[in-house]
Amino acid sequence: MKLKTILMGTAIAGVGSIASAQEMTNDMTLVSWGGAYQDSQQKAYAEPYMEMNPDVSISWDESSPEAVAKLRAMNEAGNVTWDLVDVVAADAIRLCDEGLAMEIDPNEILAEGDDGSSAEDDFGDLLVSDCFIPQIVYSTTAAYRADLLPEGAPAPESICAFFDTDTYPGQRALEQRPINNMEWALLCDGVAKEDIYDVLETEEGQDRAFAKLDTIKDDIVWWSAAAEPPQLLADGEIVMGSSYNGRWFSAIEEQGQPFEMLWDAQVFDLDGWIIPAGLPDDRLNRVLDFVEYATDTQRLADQAAYISYGPARASSAPLVGDHAELGIPMGPHMPTAPANSENVFVYNYTWWADYRDDLDSKFQAWLAQ
Amino acid sequence: MSDASDTNGPVLAADGRPLKASLNRALRKQKMRALMLIAPLLIFVLVAFILPIADMLFRSVENTIVRDTLPRTVVAMSSWNSDEAETPDEAVYRALFIDVFLASEAKTHTRLGSRLNYETTGISSLFRQSGREVGDMAEVYEDQFEDLDARWTEDVFWAEFMGDPAWFAQAQGAEDPGPTFVLKDGISDVLPKTADAYATFANFVQVEDEDNPAAEDPWALVHAMLYEDLTEQDISGYDGFGADLLADAAAAVEGFEAPSYKSSFIDMDEDWASPEVLGTIQAYSPPFTPGYFLKAVDMQLTPDGIEAQSEDRAIYLKLFWRTVWMSLFITGMTILLGYPVAFLLAKLPMRQSSLLMILVLLPFWTSLLVRTSAWKVLLQQQGVINDLLVWSGLINEAGRLVMINNQLGTIIAMTHILLPFMILPLYSVMATIPPSYVRAAKSLGATNWVAFWRVYFPQSVPGIGAGSILVFILAIGYYITPALVGGTSGIFISNRIAYHISSSLNWGLAAALGSILLAAVLILYWAYDRIVGIDNVKLG
Repeated sequence: MKLKTILMGTAIAGVGSIASAQEMTNDMTLVSWGGAYQDSQQKAYAEPYMEMNPDVSISWDESSPEAVAKLRAMNEAGNVTWDLVDVVAADAIRLCDEGLAMEIDPNEILAEGDDGSSAEDDFGDLLVSDCFIPQIVYSTTAAYRADLLPEGAPAPESICAFFDTDTYPGQRALEQRPINNMEWALLCDGVAKEDIYDVLETEEGQDRAFAKLDTIKDDIVWWSAAAEPPQLLADGEIVMGSSYNGRWFSAIEEQGQPFEMLWDAQVFDLDGWIIPAGLPDDRLNRVLDFVEYATDTQRLADQAAYISYGPARASSAPLVGDHAELGIPMGPHMPTAPANSENVFVYNYTWWADYRDDLDSKFQAWLAQ
Repeated sequence: MSDASDTNGPVLAADGRPLKASLNRALRKQKMRALMLIAPLLIFVLVAFILPIADMLFRSVENTIVRDTLPRTVVAMSSWNSDEAETPDEAVYRALFIDVFLASEAKTHTRLGSRLNYETTGISSLFRQSGREVGDMAEVYEDQFEDLDARWTEDVFWAEFMGDPAWFAQAQGAEDPGPTFVLKDGISDVLPKTADAYATFANFVQVEDEDNPAAEDPWALVHAMLYEDLTEQDISGYDGFGADLLADAAAAVEGFEAPSYKSSFIDMDEDWASPEVLGTIQAYSPPFTPGYFLKAVDMQLTPDGIEAQSEDRAIYLKLFWRTVWMSLFITGMTILLGYPVAFLLAKLPMRQSSLLMILVLLPFWTSLLVRTSAWKVLLQQQGVINDLLVWSGLINEAGRLVMINNQLGTIIAMTHILLPFMILPLYSVMATIPPSYVRAAKSLGATNWVAFWRVYFPQSVPGIGAGSILVFILAIGYYITPALVGGTSGIFISNRIAYHISSSLNWGLAAALGSILLAAVLILYWAYDRIVGIDNVKLG
């Protein structure tokens, strides 16, 4: 499964790289998700960086989905071969708790914002863990196919359309895990947004969420890879589904699928870097040099030209331009765009770090019933 | 025989030694040589296969993390009983304070939090928060000493105060991490707790951070311990370095603000008074735990003893049972489908049979993922099979069949994927059955069916046995195919093992589930051996 592509810097650097007295290795192994997302990182960060530093070679490892387990195994074996790992925020918290990721001081290792704000202010609330260097904001959100809806049915405007099988018959795809689904179920059962986690903390609240999910249990196709829902929707297997907004964007804009976005109650989530704990100095210096560059205001804004995920820095938002190939403005496709984020659900990381194991066993038992 | 040897003495070899001994020696040599030949493989298998598996299985009972991270708390708690309504006394919380402080310096407290969160929800954030705030508890003392005299927070002062003079002379101004810290003679008698805390600090700074303790401000924990020493010890006999400062402090400590550790912890988070949380720490303090195995069979180890898992969380027994019956079913299906194919392969002339063989092997060489995805395309409701059925008018548009994301999907896809593992051993056995036996049976008047059933089939049983063992053992460990086409009703126990390995990081539980699966396979193998006989298995 491990696919390594070695990329060599091609252009002779016209830009003088910052001379450093510190010793740095020239080989770096970055871990990411593969596919369009990794391409966007390669084009926005890695290629310009290698142009500035022609001696540096970067290899990619598409191991992010199982990064937590692999990093733990490497750590136990005392041989961490990765230099920088792209993970979602929840995994970053877990890795930080396990002592597998290095704690960082954002103001010390990250660049200031273009507008002069400190790194800590620029990333703001998105610094959800002491080890986490945020890159993008993505969201788990819904899409549907208008042509598959029954005649005369109004276009769905709320996430609760998932629970309304009378108006919108047919199957719907949801991710096979309790996160997001439990929140949506309670939301559509009439719980106020701000009370969701308080309710979900109690056994009754959990049962209430499962009871709501029970009403559509027979109509759900559970997915575990985010590529599945666009495929299922394209095949007409489902009438609506949840997936990451970037997957929907690519299906709609790049492949021309007749899907409509349903941004209501989209759940914001974060993706970013962690530096493995215990790197030797020469490798650490190179990684720090790269990370400072790769997470500066311009680079994060550049990434949005390749994929429809919002840059994690506040200062990057005004710099988001057009899609590199399609030429359409990317601003309106960002999950953070005002029109899309009228009703946003914010995922509570610390809450889920506590309740994930317990609710997952409950969820699995519920599925098996 | 023994009589004969008694009377004649042992038979001697040419060199005068007993024949038996020299024969043994020659044989031993030969054995050694044989062993040397297979040694590379043996060592490789041992290191790359047996040891990692043993290590992984060992995790299903290993549980030293609580004892290692909270050693003092575990000891202090040993006399506390979680059934009592009373929370433990101050001594337990003091031990907890020191343990959590040290753990948060070493950043191991969150790790313990994640471990215990598998047992009781909420412990993860409790430890994360406590690790942050336990520093504040200690700083109460640090601040008060600093107010008394700023030197109490100075690195050099503490180094000279606690360190051996010879060490101090060398360490001062030395490059990181400096010479190994040595405690001053006699300081442990005057200030035992402080000296102990400072030595821990100096050691930690040198080993973990590779810094020079003489140039690092000591932890606030040292000040908290100094407070305790000054309230408990008589320091009037001390006249070494810093004696004046110490005497001033000793006079002042009575007026110090010193909140109890217990109330500080409970103020920080009321969960620290919860018998469930403290009971969990206690229940999981032994270095070995049955907890993972209990969980793997839908039981749980709670502070009150072993209990059945609540019904809405019980899943594993159900999954074990499903894995076994579905694997058996799939094995049966492969026999049913594979037998005629193998029979045909063995019967046909060479030319046709090689062509047929390629048809069997072609899917075998295709990627597992591709084959599984192909089944998705075929079986889904808008898929090829449903389309054909609708087109032919056998079913109508509304009656499209659900053939995927359920048990049926798993059975169809896995039967197809595992079919070659049945056909190949069957074929290799059938190819060796002489056709003359069946001819003989027929010439003696047997019908086709009797000749097959009484003569041919019994000879092909070893092939069925070999194929069944192969298919069943492979099926029981499958997880990619069930995950992709099994939906919720067609997933196997291996899917939960994979989840615990890669997502929840609960490797102990994954190891326990894996051990049970391994044991189940071994028991089935043993039962098979007893019933059919393993000698009746022919793999080629």
